[in-house]
Amino acid sequence: MLTILFDGIAYGMLLFVLAVGLAVTLGLMNFINLAHGAFAMAGGYLTVFAMQKFGVPFLACLPLAFIVVALAGAVLERTLYRPMYGKPHLDQVLFSIGLAFMAVAAVDYFVGSSQQNLHLPEWLRGRTEIGDGATLLGMGHYRLFIIGVCAVLTVVLQLILSKTRFGSRLRAAVDDPRVAAGLGINVNIVFMLTFAVGSGLAGLGGALGAEILGLDPTFPLKYMIYFLIVVSVGGTSSITGPLAAALLLGIADVAGKYFIPKMGAFTVYLLMILILMWRPQGLFTRKGGR
Amino acid sequence: MSAPAYESALLRTARWRPWEFVIWAVAFALPLAMPSHSLLVNEIAIVALFAMSLDLILGYTGIVSLGHAAFFGFGAYAAALFAKLVMPDPTVGLVFATVLSALLGLVASVTILRGSDLTRLMVTLGTALLLLELANKLDWLTGGADGLQGVVMGPVLGLFEFDLYGRTAAWYSLAVMLVLFLVMRRIVHSPFGATLKAIRDNRLRAMAIGIPVVSRLAVVYTVAAGIAGAAGALLAQTTGFASLDVLAFDRSADVLLMLVIGGVGWLYGGVTGAIVFKLLQNWLSSVTPQYWMFWIGLILVLLVLVGRDRLLKPWTWFGMGKKKGGAA
Repeated sequence: MLTILFDGIAYGMLLFVLAVGLAVTLGLMNFINLAHGAFAMAGGYLTVFAMQKFGVPFLACLPLAFIVVALAGAVLERTLYRPMYGKPHLDQVLFSIGLAFMAVAAVDYFVGSSQQNLHLPEWLRGRTEIGDGATLLGMGHYRLFIIGVCAVLTVVLQLILSKTRFGSRLRAAVDDPRVAAGLGINVNIVFMLTFAVGSGLAGLGGALGAEILGLDPTFPLKYMIYFLIVVSVGGTSSITGPLAAALLLGIADVAGKYFIPKMGAFTVYLLMILILMWRPQGLFTRKGGR
Repeated sequence: MSAPAYESALLRTARWRPWEFVIWAVAFALPLAMPSHSLLVNEIAIVALFAMSLDLILGYTGIVSLGHAAFFGFGAYAAALFAKLVMPDPTVGLVFATVLSALLGLVASVTILRGSDLTRLMVTLGTALLLLELANKLDWLTGGADGLQGVVMGPVLGLFEFDLYGRTAAWYSLAVMLVLFLVMRRIVHSPFGATLKAIRDNRLRAMAIGIPVVSRLAVVYTVAAGIAGAAGALLAQTTGFASLDVLAFDRSADVLLMLVIGGVGWLYGGVTGAIVFKLLQNWLSSVTPQYWMFWIGLILVLLVLVGRDRLLKPWTWFGMGKKKGGAA
């Protein structure tokens, strides 16, 4: 029982890191980016190759994935994404799904469609068990590691958004770009940095999740739906909303697959539709703003 | 405008143009002229009908949907199961599948009434995924991942047997498409259709002048679902097969792409888009069988960057320079 709960939390935390970048671009910049999974995939492949080809240790790969993908995100934001901000949502959907298709086919072309394996270092492979019988809690060390990393990230992000000068600039730029620009905030730079960090987080999530979620060229399309669920169910106003949604989703998914394997992902989709019909703007929404 | 003037304006836009008769005549002549391509004609007619049904909700009413394949696939399975379990007559099966899909659309219309574009994207996508999971898990009924095989169809109207070359199939699909096209044409040119466009352009204003927005959305979603179901039923009947692929996300994305290539808010847009898309797909997948997804993606990106309303007007690509404002 507790093991399922634990695995669900780890899975949810992982989803959160993958999706939080999307929550930032979608929620704060109001841009529907279906290509978000492609950034995560890039992070995953980067880690796999850095470890296999160049022998980079796993821990060093994580910041590497973040930085490289963030840079790629910044470049793409400047060249391709910026003209899309003012376009209608349909255009954004088409544009970003086109990017995702291209990423899928390109990875397939260069790397091949087979599943890639990540070789974890020895100290992350073990498993600790506490208690016995019904209260048995089995914790995989890698899952414990994921939970730790994600918890730190959450706190840091929340602090950046609510306490720093950059956070208030970002919130101002989102609420009204024109007034923000009038106050001397360089809206373009703020958006570019935000997009880069969002992409970088996706890359980090992809690197962390490659072992659990699996890594093959269809990754962006396979997990796109999960990211979108996390963001739309959680609401896009804060970090806590997507976090709660990701945990809920992770636990529901793991528990659903364990207790009623016949239903598969059915539970998750049904849960999402019901929540969105009950609260169309997500579970946690900000009053005011737009 | 005085009353007779706007009446005549509405009637004028609804009038049949000469070229429309030509196009339909050509379409029906195709299986005779190019018998070897009948299967392709059949396929194009089906996806064109599917794209038109999406246009009804996307182009005319402004509802962004990523899960229109839900109704297409539902219709396909309904028709296939009907033929297998009840009776093999195609026409009855078609009506059955259409009515059932429309009912599903009526139920699903509850989900699109609230929320923003993102919420609608998610619930439409979720509905399609839900059905996909159902079709996958109920394998005693649907055949699961292997698909539903052994669907044998009787002759159309008891007269025309389906042949191997697909000529009967092509004419059958074209005829159904023409009938449903007439229905949709009537809808979008009626005052009812005008209220849909009002809702698309400004929902709040539409509400303020007394248009019952909720019931209009429910009705148009139901009709579009029924027509999409009919398209799915045609596919299942003419191929004698239904598999999970009819419900897959790719299909929703493809139909959206077709519609956007052809132009939204214009019934022939769905037809044009379907023709272009299918020919492109045939050509690309024969050139690069595995990586045609890349080119589709590239086309999508370019399409949006150029501005999709200008793609059909090549003479505006150069020279006009930058004009303010994107598509509606």
